[in-house]
Amino acid sequence: MASLIETPPCGDLLPVIVTGAQLVELRPGPVLSIAPFHGQAAAVAAILAEAGLDWPAPGTSGVGGSLACLWAGRGTAFVLGPLPEPLAARLAGHAALTDQSDAWAAMQLRGPAAEAVLARLVSLDLRIAAFPEGAVARAPLNHMAALVRRSGADRFDLWVFRSMAQTAVHELKAAMTSVAARG
Amino acid sequence: MRIEGKGLIDRSQTLGFRFDGVEHVGFEGDTLASALLASGQRLIGRSFKYHRPRGLVFAGSEEPNGLVTVRRDGAGVPNVRATMQELHQGLEADSQNRWPSLRFDAMQVNDLFAPFLGAGFYYKTFMWPRAFWEGLYEPLIRRAAGLGRLPQEPEVAPYEKVWAHCDLLVIGAGPAGIMAALTAARAGADVILADEDARPGGRLLAETHEVGGQPGPAWVAAAMAELRDLGVRVMPRTTVTGAYDDGTFGALERVALHLARPGDLPREAFWRIVARRAVLAAGAQERLIAFPGNDRPGVMAAGAVRAYLNRWGVAAGSRVAVFTNNDDGHRTARDLHAAGIEVTALIDARADARLDAPFQVLRGAKVLGTEGRLALKSVTVETDHGTRRVPADCLAVSGGWNPAVHLACHHGARPWWREEIAAFVPPHPGKPGTVPGLIPCGAAAGVFSTAGCLADGQRAGLEALAALDRAGEPAPLPEAEDAPVRVTPLWEVRGEGRAFLDMANDVTTKDVRLAATEGFTSVEHMKRYTTQGMALDQGRGSNVAALAVLAEATGQSVPATGTTTYRPPFTPVSIAAMGAGGRGKGFAPERLTTSHRAALDRLAPMIEAGLWYRPSHFPRTGEPTWKEACDREVATVRSRVGICDVSTLGKIDVQGPDAAAFLDFVYTNTMSTLSPGRVRYGLMLREDGMVMDDGTCARLGEGHFLITTTTAAAGQVMRHLDFVAQALRPDLDLRAISVTEAWAQFAVTGPKARRLLDGILDQPLDEMAFMACRDVQLHGVAARLFRISFSGEEGYEVAVPARYGNALYRDLVARAEAMGGCAYGMEALNVLRIEKGFLTHAELHGRTTAFDLGLQGLMSRKKDFIGRAASERPGLSGPDRQQLVGLKATGRGDAVLAGAHLFPQGAEPVPMNDLGYVTSACWSPTLGLSIGLGFLRDGRTRHGERLQLLDSLRGVDVTVEVTAPVFYDPDGVRMRG
Amino acid sequence: MRLTCPLCGPRDRREFYYYGAADYLDRPAADAAPEAWDAYLHLRDNIAGPVRDLWYHDQGCGSWLVVDRDTVSHEMLSVRAVAEDRA
Repeated sequence: MASLIETPPCGDLLPVIVTGAQLVELRPGPVLSIAPFHGQAAAVAAILAEAGLDWPAPGTSGVGGSLACLWAGRGTAFVLGPLPEPLAARLAGHAALTDQSDAWAAMQLRGPAAEAVLARLVSLDLRIAAFPEGAVARAPLNHMAALVRRSGADRFDLWVFRSMAQTAVHELKAAMTSVAARG
Repeated sequence: MRIEGKGLIDRSQTLGFRFDGVEHVGFEGDTLASALLASGQRLIGRSFKYHRPRGLVFAGSEEPNGLVTVRRDGAGVPNVRATMQELHQGLEADSQNRWPSLRFDAMQVNDLFAPFLGAGFYYKTFMWPRAFWEGLYEPLIRRAAGLGRLPQEPEVAPYEKVWAHCDLLVIGAGPAGIMAALTAARAGADVILADEDARPGGRLLAETHEVGGQPGPAWVAAAMAELRDLGVRVMPRTTVTGAYDDGTFGALERVALHLARPGDLPREAFWRIVARRAVLAAGAQERLIAFPGNDRPGVMAAGAVRAYLNRWGVAAGSRVAVFTNNDDGHRTARDLHAAGIEVTALIDARADARLDAPFQVLRGAKVLGTEGRLALKSVTVETDHGTRRVPADCLAVSGGWNPAVHLACHHGARPWWREEIAAFVPPHPGKPGTVPGLIPCGAAAGVFSTAGCLADGQRAGLEALAALDRAGEPAPLPEAEDAPVRVTPLWEVRGEGRAFLDMANDVTTKDVRLAATEGFTSVEHMKRYTTQGMALDQGRGSNVAALAVLAEATGQSVPATGTTTYRPPFTPVSIAAMGAGGRGKGFAPERLTTSHRAALDRLAPMIEAGLWYRPSHFPRTGEPTWKEACDREVATVRSRVGICDVSTLGKIDVQGPDAAAFLDFVYTNTMSTLSPGRVRYGLMLREDGMVMDDGTCARLGEGHFLITTTTAAAGQVMRHLDFVAQALRPDLDLRAISVTEAWAQFAVTGPKARRLLDGILDQPLDEMAFMACRDVQLHGVAARLFRISFSGEEGYEVAVPARYGNALYRDLVARAEAMGGCAYGMEALNVLRIEKGFLTHAELHGRTTAFDLGLQGLMSRKKDFIGRAASERPGLSGPDRQQLVGLKATGRGDAVLAGAHLFPQGAEPVPMNDLGYVTSACWSPTLGLSIGLGFLRDGRTRHGERLQLLDSLRGVDVTVEVTAPVFYDPDGVRMRG
Repeated sequence: MRLTCPLCGPRDRREFYYYGAADYLDRPAADAAPEAWDAYLHLRDNIAGPVRDLWYHDQGCGSWLVVDRDTVSHEMLSVRAVAEDRA
């Protein structure tokens, strides 16, 4: 039987490299959205704790082993990586679980100019004191709904809707070029 | 003329440039204005209305006359202030508003008609006849009056928008701003220091003052070095243009306008700076005195003459007279004299002015007039001993200084008048309409001495620190000049001839008095009647004088007359900078489906559906237009099988113990009775009873639903569901999340659809009921299959994780083609659904009810739902409503047109007779005639009637027959098959 | 203009969708008199001064918010999550 070939969201659009900044595709693997039902937050947190994950406070993320857990909106977190099947099964009664693995184009912007590049597209206060490593925000990237996470002093993980990957790369590339020109 | 040894320019770097085609040379550090003045170019433009010859007046962004067109990349950028254009090698600039040349301008004839062209001339003259307004008067006036010409091509040069955040924004890098920034940064605050000038220092660059025992510019350099070490973000060439709400400021940065080779740099950047606190240290603006002939080239602001001398080493004239009402004017005379330039007279209007000077001082004297054709030759002075002529090729005028209060007033508060400095100062903090968190200081707050500015800047820095909860220390201040302000207001010298206030708009003192005489006595009315302060410079050098003239004319005091409203922007902001990043993908993101490339490979033209790009049709050889392709695709779907990407429809996953109850509340019909594995068509209303959207609702499990929305309404529906869940029914336990992007979904439709699917499914389909759904495996991938149809044929939609969309789409189309089928696009999709009477947002346009659509059967009577109460109102159903009908063209070759209106045959086509309109129309290849859907008053009882379809815009007048809105397979035998 | 989202912190107003007066929270009972529905759907005050209205953090966390603000001074008085208010 024939098998279907996977096409990544950004594919040959990336990487983009300029002086001071690089934009590369991220392959986060499985992405599971977890949205606890009424009164179930503690139960969900307890199950996630078994995987070494904390339920993230708004605007934060955490790492546990090969998994990461990102706050992703009102009462919602994304678990990145393969959550063990028994744990996922136990979560089922406590939270709405939705596979978001294919919904997003994830990329990483890194380099000393990364913050300046993002300042051209994102209205967030990205200063490290206000948006430290691990911080997460749902915020628009120009006109695109996005999720921004600071994954290092000079690196950001950016998530946009899969269908907007091409526009996101175009916008980021323009900002990168402009910042690079300032030297 | 350059003065040796003066100025902060780099004389080792010469820069060649052209003005009106003539070559000139300047130096690094020059502005176009300073370089032109050094070259002896006195005449720089023609005035807006009267085409009078004009020269430079100021040295900064308040310049009213020095507007030029700068050539960039082959296009002219108009209305560039020569004072703000830094010189670079190869700069090309042209004067404006003159023909054929600057020296001889044919339109100067306007000046002869000046007695007729006063305030209100246009309002009075071009009233009648009305028909001439647009066709004749406007083009005529526009040609005669004016500034530079806009380029006719779209702007393609790069501009950018940037966000910045800080603890403290300091606006202005003069002594006060630098001190404020130093004070705050030394205490650890995160500071942005923005200054309009290319070089920080403010007035210290234009004076000979020492600060802390060293020349002003040297003190500035040391302070800037410390600020940079402290991590302060210094933004030169950045004008803070507006104070907006909640600590947001707009600022325009000139990024590449001073460079001969900008490379990838944007021309300008528009910044939005979010600051917890701000210090306004924007300095002050010198004002002029109005007297007859005061607009002659060579009449300049005294502070500007001093700036040209001290900063750029340029003498504005070889024999200079100074006319002042305050001590600051004396500085100009002294600096000029010290530089070896002849001061022909210091004319001080005050009777008690100081006399001890190495040049002639005429006190208690006033300038009554000026002489010279294209440039000043002499001035006529009135003294106690009669009038006399003083030779001068430059007259430096000082009427005092106005603090730059603008930003402090951007929230509506008015400045207040301080009598002892005869100037408006920023409103008291805390008054209504002040800018919260903005601390004015230095000259912007009416503190004019250098020592005062340093101290006040420190005070402002400490005040900001306290507000930021940071401890700050007052540091010892450097010694500096501390002269008191001595000024006796003088606004106008009345005499023969016109005395100009607003030179940019050619407003005279007489215009202001005329306005008062004609009843425009409020300052806001006077402004609009005379256009005072409405030009590029916004009257920064003339508004206060104008309102003082109005005050005198109305017998009021200056403070009682008051100022006009201060609004952003402080200086002009190019639309290109404000709209930066708003072109193409930056205007609207492009949403591409996973089959996008496959569709392009098949040469499909794309059409926009919201933000999505969808294939219109798939052209084949021998199909000259879209219509042939569309007809073939429709016929193929009806006879064999077609493939269409339907991923753009909104998909929302709803889960939870109360998911079913929630859906019962948002849909008009009942979803809780749906069995798992089944799909139901659903209708959502707005609370006002109109239809919001329609779609399908699939029950995937007991507490798990997947609903679809139309492509257009996906965002609106998600917002609505969130509102209902969070605000109206927080008692219901459910969660909804969009999964639109997670799945690639393809319609496989037509009599051969099932056979095609059997070829890719791991398990053959067997029987699958109409409106059923199930999990399937295809090519080893977990997928979802829905038996639903938007075409009227046996139809399925297969959904796979988006990563497989590209591969699956190509596979489906290849298999379809092998069976005589094809890919079909939006045109065919639309025809297929019109033939079946299925709805889109052409019909669900926000003014239609379920009744109008014939869907009243979907309105459950057993439960409450959003929109139920309103939809039951009388007037939202019944024979008066326009109801959905089908329309068929009756004449051979006639076409039904969307947007056309329906009238009884023979009736006059007037609104009273209008029975309805067409929402969708197409050529139906299946029926072989033109059909449409539309809304018709009492339409359901009119099936079989003939009506007249009119579209006056497109000249259409054809007869149509009213039918049921389902043209094809009305019993749904094929679809359910 | 900036709104402080209870979940996301201070954000530029471009992230938010403005809906209108907070009256829209007080949905009448299904069988309420037509006058009540008329008032709910159509009648709004146009206030110079403190107002209470609804915003949606469209480009952020997806929270519906009740915002108290002053239309004269532009002062933001409070921002609360609708769901928390109603819980």
